[in-house]
Amino acid sequence: MSVATFFDDMSYGVAPEADTEARAWLDRHEGKFGHFINGAFVAAVSGKTFDTFEPATGALLAGIARGGREDVDAAVAAARKAQGPWAKLSGHARARHLYALARLIQRHARLIAVVEALDNGKPIRETRDIDVPLAARHFYHHAGWAQLQETEFADQVPVGVVGQVIPWNFPFLMLAWKVAPALALGNTVILKPAEYTPLTALLFAEMAAASGLPPGVLNVVTGEGETGALIVEHEDIDKIAFTGSTEIGRLIREKTAGSGKSLTLELGGKSPFIVFDDADIDAAVEGVVDAIWFNQGQVCCAGSRLLVQEGVAPVFHERLKRRMDTLRVGHPLDKSIDMAAIVAPVQLQRIAELVAKGVAEGASMHQPRIELPKGGSFYRPTLLTGVQPTSVVATEEIFGPVAVSMTFRTPDEAIQLANHSRYGLAASVWSETIGLALHVAAKLAAGVVWVNATNLFDAAAGFGGKRESGFGREGGREGCYEYLKPKAWIGRKLRAEPATPAPKTAAGDFVLPVLDRTAKLFIGGKQARPDGNYSRPVLSPKGKVVGEVGEGNRKDIRNAVVAAQGASGWSSATAHNRAQILYYIAENLSSRGAEFADRIAAMTGASAASARTEVEASIARLFSYGAWADKYEGVVHQPPLRGVALAMPEPQGVVGVICPPEAPLLGLVSLVAPLIAVGNRVIAVPSETHPLAATDFYSVLETSDVPPGVINIVTGSATELAKALAAHNDVDALWAFGSPELSTLVERLSIGNLKRTFVDYGRSIDWMDRSAAEGQVFLRRAVDVKNIWIPYGE
Amino acid sequence: MEDLALKSTAVHPAGAGHNWPRNDGIELDLSWVLDQRVNFSAAERRVQTLPGRRTVKKDAQAAWLLKAVTCIDLTTLSGDDTTERVKRLCAKARQPVRQDILDALGMGDRGITTGAICVYHRFVSTAVDALEGSGIPVAAVSTGFPAGLVPHDVKLREIEASVADGAREIDIVITREHVLTGNWQALYDEMRDFRAACGDAHVKAILATGDLKTLRNVARASLVCMMAGADFIKTSTGKEGVNATLLVTLAMLRMIRAYEERTGLKVGYKPAGGISAAKDVLNYQFLMKEELGRDWLEPDLFRVGASSLLGDIERQLEHHVSGAYSALNRHPIG
Repeated sequence: MSVATFFDDMSYGVAPEADTEARAWLDRHEGKFGHFINGAFVAAVSGKTFDTFEPATGALLAGIARGGREDVDAAVAAARKAQGPWAKLSGHARARHLYALARLIQRHARLIAVVEALDNGKPIRETRDIDVPLAARHFYHHAGWAQLQETEFADQVPVGVVGQVIPWNFPFLMLAWKVAPALALGNTVILKPAEYTPLTALLFAEMAAASGLPPGVLNVVTGEGETGALIVEHEDIDKIAFTGSTEIGRLIREKTAGSGKSLTLELGGKSPFIVFDDADIDAAVEGVVDAIWFNQGQVCCAGSRLLVQEGVAPVFHERLKRRMDTLRVGHPLDKSIDMAAIVAPVQLQRIAELVAKGVAEGASMHQPRIELPKGGSFYRPTLLTGVQPTSVVATEEIFGPVAVSMTFRTPDEAIQLANHSRYGLAASVWSETIGLALHVAAKLAAGVVWVNATNLFDAAAGFGGKRESGFGREGGREGCYEYLKPKAWIGRKLRAEPATPAPKTAAGDFVLPVLDRTAKLFIGGKQARPDGNYSRPVLSPKGKVVGEVGEGNRKDIRNAVVAAQGASGWSSATAHNRAQILYYIAENLSSRGAEFADRIAAMTGASAASARTEVEASIARLFSYGAWADKYEGVVHQPPLRGVALAMPEPQGVVGVICPPEAPLLGLVSLVAPLIAVGNRVIAVPSETHPLAATDFYSVLETSDVPPGVINIVTGSATELAKALAAHNDVDALWAFGSPELSTLVERLSIGNLKRTFVDYGRSIDWMDRSAAEGQVFLRRAVDVKNIWIPYGE
Repeated sequence: MEDLALKSTAVHPAGAGHNWPRNDGIELDLSWVLDQRVNFSAAERRVQTLPGRRTVKKDAQAAWLLKAVTCIDLTTLSGDDTTERVKRLCAKARQPVRQDILDALGMGDRGITTGAICVYHRFVSTAVDALEGSGIPVAAVSTGFPAGLVPHDVKLREIEASVADGAREIDIVITREHVLTGNWQALYDEMRDFRAACGDAHVKAILATGDLKTLRNVARASLVCMMAGADFIKTSTGKEGVNATLLVTLAMLRMIRAYEERTGLKVGYKPAGGISAAKDVLNYQFLMKEELGRDWLEPDLFRVGASSLLGDIERQLEHHVSGAYSALNRHPIG
């Protein structure tokens, strides 16, 4: 090509970014990398390695150590040794370290960007303009949290040693999302980068150590799935933070069940991208480019499911196709492209197979006739229209540059289609009518909603999903809590096995008998006979039968879930209304306080005074959550754009609660009240040994205007009912307090729909201690934060 | 890589020609006008990210800059303009880039000139004489430029006078009040009259986007002017507080595209004011190509109203040829 030919055809030519420095770095390591443990590179003990390739050409980049058990042990030992001193540093000292890391990223921004583009295959524009600057922003932001930790998180302590397993789609950015908060708040880290893309993590660890990060604070162990599994199952790791597929996330939940490891899972998605007929259509078309052709569509929150209002669908699709014709696919280091390479041949094949399936199931495929570079893993931007919700491409995450499009008629239908997914990560809403856009944003089951925008990220705004897109948040204050634990819970003791006295039958006598009160179950606002029609005796500590309760079974749980799902109005009730009802419950409980105290004493053998104290504490706790109901509010983030991100705490939905064996009334109230205060509907299983305080509570609820289905109570075996709740895929969360086995069971069985779990691993809380058993520590677990991004301007 | 976006069948000779069917306009379609919505933040993101998605280097960059030269409406619109000043500008329009540089680029025989000369009515005949034989059209700003607040009949007479003096292009200013008060019918009627007064001369409608303030106003005004028969829509007079920006460009280009979708007619685009650096004009070219296509990179559909831009392009071209950074005084003044 000459000036004259360019002048005539006005094509772009190529604009390659130099890779000299990146190659020089690889050469300095002679193309071989060990793990980075305790401040230095070390080879795998086994000597085993694997290779990482350039996706754009298939060329070998480097040989990488394959982490085995000894390697992971060494990294954990180093992290463990460093954690104490690291946490003991002042927040200010850690802030200085984090600040230095942020500056380091900026100083070496281009080198990191080029290495990332080579290793991952993504365009240099994205690593240079998005990934690396955002990574630096995360370190700056979290330097700030380190600085403020002593005052802002005074009641919290670091979790400890954290294992972090990150994906290949944003290798360096995900490192920042994981490492920055963990280190800032006093944890130490074993990071496993994805096997396809280990290089920037190694580069960063090397540079961080050279700039003064103490040994052992950040360890990088490379390897494939088995290495990840070794980290996940390591006994001396306190927390696992994982970003990746839902399939692996589920496995991690199962493997860590009962281990006491805290868990953050950021998983897959099939995020809706909703275009209303009053949208700026050209803007929405451009939005699709950023939604699904960003990073070749290998984005967990990619707007992959286009939902277009029927009336504008033809013009929208026509303009989208025209736009696709101008997309350019090229080498990652070409500065004049929109898309580059798919990370690996196996991913390319998976994308092609799914698209073929979609077409076989009736979708029309559009691909622009643009040329792809020769060699390497490249895939054309693809649009599938006429996709029916039954098609595999409408439900499965393709994780490639493939948008599927469907139409809707009304806002209600848009919401219904959008939420009709097992996932709930992100969503994008396009409308120029503020009322419509915000209405829909509020109703979408997603952790992040972008209004007239897509794929915006910031360190101050939490990111994370609902449903099978995982749990936990990254970024912002809510993200910090993922790396902290309450100080008040340290030193909790394993609870003693509840005594099981032998039942003693009292001989009848000739006095006026007590009027029989048969406690049923409380479902949908009504007292209902248990499905199986069996009862179980309730014994005093001395074995005296003090009553009988229904033996609930999984059908009763099913019925209770139906009732709770039907009570969705509670979640949209005003906070003032919910507060009033909590106060009213307290009022009605108070008027029958003496009766409840007697019952507690009779069941538990507690002294009259301590039973009265429990009742009074329960009333106070109801008051506390009545107070919180209209005060546990969201935050308005100010991300670096003209606009706001509203962090709104939303109820999780239908939550099961297995109450602890002790504190039959206070335990129930302490768990149910925070849940309903923020709008959840509850199915509570009361103390298995002392359930009568809960069954007596039915009439309190009935007289307190609690809408039917908001609180359901099913008595019976804690274990059996926990199993039914944990395995129920229409239950959104499950709280379980009891034996260690119960915690294991709940976590293990929760994987069907990846419900949020909150368990105590058999370690009991002092329910009378407000700092341990009341307030934000519970409210935080009762909500998911949804961030609604609203850029504005005219 | 082969650029398949290049699908144009039109011939693109150097120098300004008018190689497409003229836009004779259509009936005012008010519902279409009022239907226009522009999301400001989304538009902003598009123009902010574009320079990261498109760039040209080396020979391609030289070619694109040279193409930009052929699209420049070399302009002088000052109160102190004189005939000699205008003649000097015309000489520069004939030979905008030093011949030795063009030769070194392999473009010495292409007859590279600017797209047009743009002056006030008073200097139209001077410019026509000075450009005789060059094929370079003379454009006259008109209709009470820049504020556009003289009586309507005076505006029409001004247009007719410039056309009579040999102006082949007329840059009119719209009455901003019509846009700011939503009086689309008045805007349409005004523009229709201007177009009729121009006869065979091509008319560029200056929207004065800096006065219109919102992208929504810009989009609606663009559409109305096209419906009324504008051959080009143009951002600004160069005299408003804010002149051409990529953001208003995006809004206007999308209207040109929508108009073509509906009518099949290609309307040209002219940003004016504030484009003084070579790298700036490249971003405008990228936006033209991305939003409208290859055809809109030629002077019959793209003009840049500028005075100091040429000097910067000359320096860049010399740098490309010699490898050494250049200075303004090495290139003849215009």
